[in-house]
Amino acid sequence: MKRLLPALFALLFSSCASEKTATVEVFSWWTSGSEAAALQTVFDAFRAEFPDVPIVDASIAGGGGSAARPVLQTRLVGGNPPDTWQTHHGAEVMGQYVEPGFAAPLHELYVEQGWYDVFPEAIVETVSKDGAPYMVLLNLHRSNTLWFNKPLLERYGIEIEESLSHEELFGIAGRLAEAGLSPLCMGDSGIWANGIMFENTLLGVLGAERYLGLWDGSVRFDDPVVLEAAATYSRLLDYLNTDHAALSWDQAVDKLVEGSCAFYSMGDWVYGELAQAGLVDNVDFGWVAHPGTENAFLMVTDGFTLARNAPHREETLNMLRIIGRRQVQEDFNLKKGAICARTDCDRSRFGAYLNWSMDSYATDTLVPTVVHGSAAPADFQQALNDALTVFVVDRNATSLARALTEAAAMSGFGG
Amino acid sequence: MQRLSAALRSREPLLVLLPSLVATAIFVYGFIGTSFYFSLSNWRTLAVDLSLREPLFQTYVDMFRMPRFQADLRNTVVFTVLFIAMAMGLGLALAILLDRKFRARNFFRSAFLFPYALSFIVTGVVWRWLFNPETGINLIFDLLDVNAALEVAGMAPLAPGWTTDPSVVLSVNQVLAAAWPAGAEFQIEWGVPVALVPVAIAATWQLSGFVMAMYLGGLAGIGQEVREAARMDGAGEARLYRSVIIPMLWPITASTAIILLHVSLKIFDLVFALSGPGPGFATDVPAIFVFEMMFRAARYNLGAAASVVMLLLSCLVVVPYLARTLRRREQ
Repeated sequence: MKRLLPALFALLFSSCASEKTATVEVFSWWTSGSEAAALQTVFDAFRAEFPDVPIVDASIAGGGGSAARPVLQTRLVGGNPPDTWQTHHGAEVMGQYVEPGFAAPLHELYVEQGWYDVFPEAIVETVSKDGAPYMVLLNLHRSNTLWFNKPLLERYGIEIEESLSHEELFGIAGRLAEAGLSPLCMGDSGIWANGIMFENTLLGVLGAERYLGLWDGSVRFDDPVVLEAAATYSRLLDYLNTDHAALSWDQAVDKLVEGSCAFYSMGDWVYGELAQAGLVDNVDFGWVAHPGTENAFLMVTDGFTLARNAPHREETLNMLRIIGRRQVQEDFNLKKGAICARTDCDRSRFGAYLNWSMDSYATDTLVPTVVHGSAAPADFQQALNDALTVFVVDRNATSLARALTEAAAMSGFGG
Repeated sequence: MQRLSAALRSREPLLVLLPSLVATAIFVYGFIGTSFYFSLSNWRTLAVDLSLREPLFQTYVDMFRMPRFQADLRNTVVFTVLFIAMAMGLGLALAILLDRKFRARNFFRSAFLFPYALSFIVTGVVWRWLFNPETGINLIFDLLDVNAALEVAGMAPLAPGWTTDPSVVLSVNQVLAAAWPAGAEFQIEWGVPVALVPVAIAATWQLSGFVMAMYLGGLAGIGQEVREAARMDGAGEARLYRSVIIPMLWPITASTAIILLHVSLKIFDLVFALSGPGPGFATDVPAIFVFEMMFRAARYNLGAAASVVMLLLSCLVVVPYLARTLRRREQ
């Protein structure tokens, strides 16, 4: 008995210790079909190299991280962080994770892997503090794309050129509505999906320069041009499918595919769903930039952090090395329907849409998304969601502008 | 030694109660106090900032100015009235029907009580599908040719938007504005949001069986001689219930209403799964506000302020009830 007890203790501790060194916990909100499949390619690459290290996949469903971030927030504040978690660039990673000190700097990893040469400097800057980046970039989504059901429009004799203005869109929408069709698709049971359409319209009416001005305070939200954008957005709202409030964003993609609605102003995570359904670029569906945003790339980028005091630091660094690898980024983004954050990916592997997106990324002005948290702090993001929830019903542009002006002042930008 | 043990024995109740007293003091009152302090602080990002916000109570002022929070208060009142009226009415009706002796009585009693065993989340998801305007109950209207009949009669087809309907009926804004000039500045419609009706229906479906069970218990306690006496005095069935039985059930009615009231004041899961905040916050409730402000916007002070208001609302209901019950017990 006397010998058994220490032996038991030894066993207990050794099992704890081995557990501590053997795993890496990855926290994300990638659970839908194309997203989960994409995340799996990263895990597969990791497993091929580190077969002894099990991956704890702590994914929580919900578009834009709407359900995942509350859980993450609680874990971070409670001092029980996952090893690495998904986040967006700009205000989200800097304000929520770097300022309070939840994330660790990755300068040495960037140097070791030569990432400063392959990730665009303009984006690395938005995830850096005092010269050290805090996140490994994985994918780039273009948020300002207007998708359409090509065969459906052809049936009505409508052909879309290289670009479309708001007035042309309203003309087509009027014709489709007369024919008893919903011209625009929307699934905003999570209001952020409608926020994407607002953000795209805002960018389209203001243009990239003034849109950027909103976030540094040089353009105010009660500027007449914002009111004009709100009026245009209000006209778009008139053409939505009637059940939009009961659908999620991906259920609206199904409606687009079925042909019960014609256009969908939404980020190119839509492309992942379309590709997953086996549809062909330029045959089954087409796309243009959201009206007025032809020279801008509204960027949603995901990446992964390293937790300060990560429970499994070495394994996590290995995971981040895998995430930053070219081959992995190509495989991941083919599934996800996005382009690589690295600039040296093999373009021939990607389809027509993604090549179009890469061209746009190379030449157009990069602007941050507010709906996905990059342009402004979380409290402004929530205030925008709340203001839009009201606006969708009351269509009062003045009170929308007032609510946003006040929220911007509270969040400390927008003079 | 003897004296010591006597002293101990006299304090025995206190000693036994002490652990739970300490736990309650920390985990209930301590945390209420902490939440209240958070609501007065500057904590509005993920970085903890516990300095007091100047001027004091400014977060509360901001909150009551928010159209969303005003809508939440309106929705709480409307939902409470709709839900309690429907659940109590239906529960009483079911209890009276089941109070008669007939063969399938036990089967129906279990059937009506069954929804109460489900979780609110399950109820919410199921009713979310049922109330989908394009695939849910509305299809039944088409199948039954209700819409075809309406069309023949020259009326619009019956296709309610259910939880997606943003309209607010019976608005009292103009009355408010006339009585109180500041009321003209309200951004929300003070009335009955149509989208709350399906939410109240789902809640009623779940809890009317519980009300029925409470009333059945009460009815079992009313002796046969009371009924016979009433009949002897010439009361018909309807009169018997209206003038004798339902008044005798008053204690049951009061305590059941209190239980339902605190369900409706604190409701979160059912609404969150069924409709979320809804179009124009037509179905938003304070608990969803607390959740989103705390965990999405990271505005901890605002979320804490809203939870303090929720606590006060519950106190408004529960404290008078407790005071009355305690006073009666003393008598």
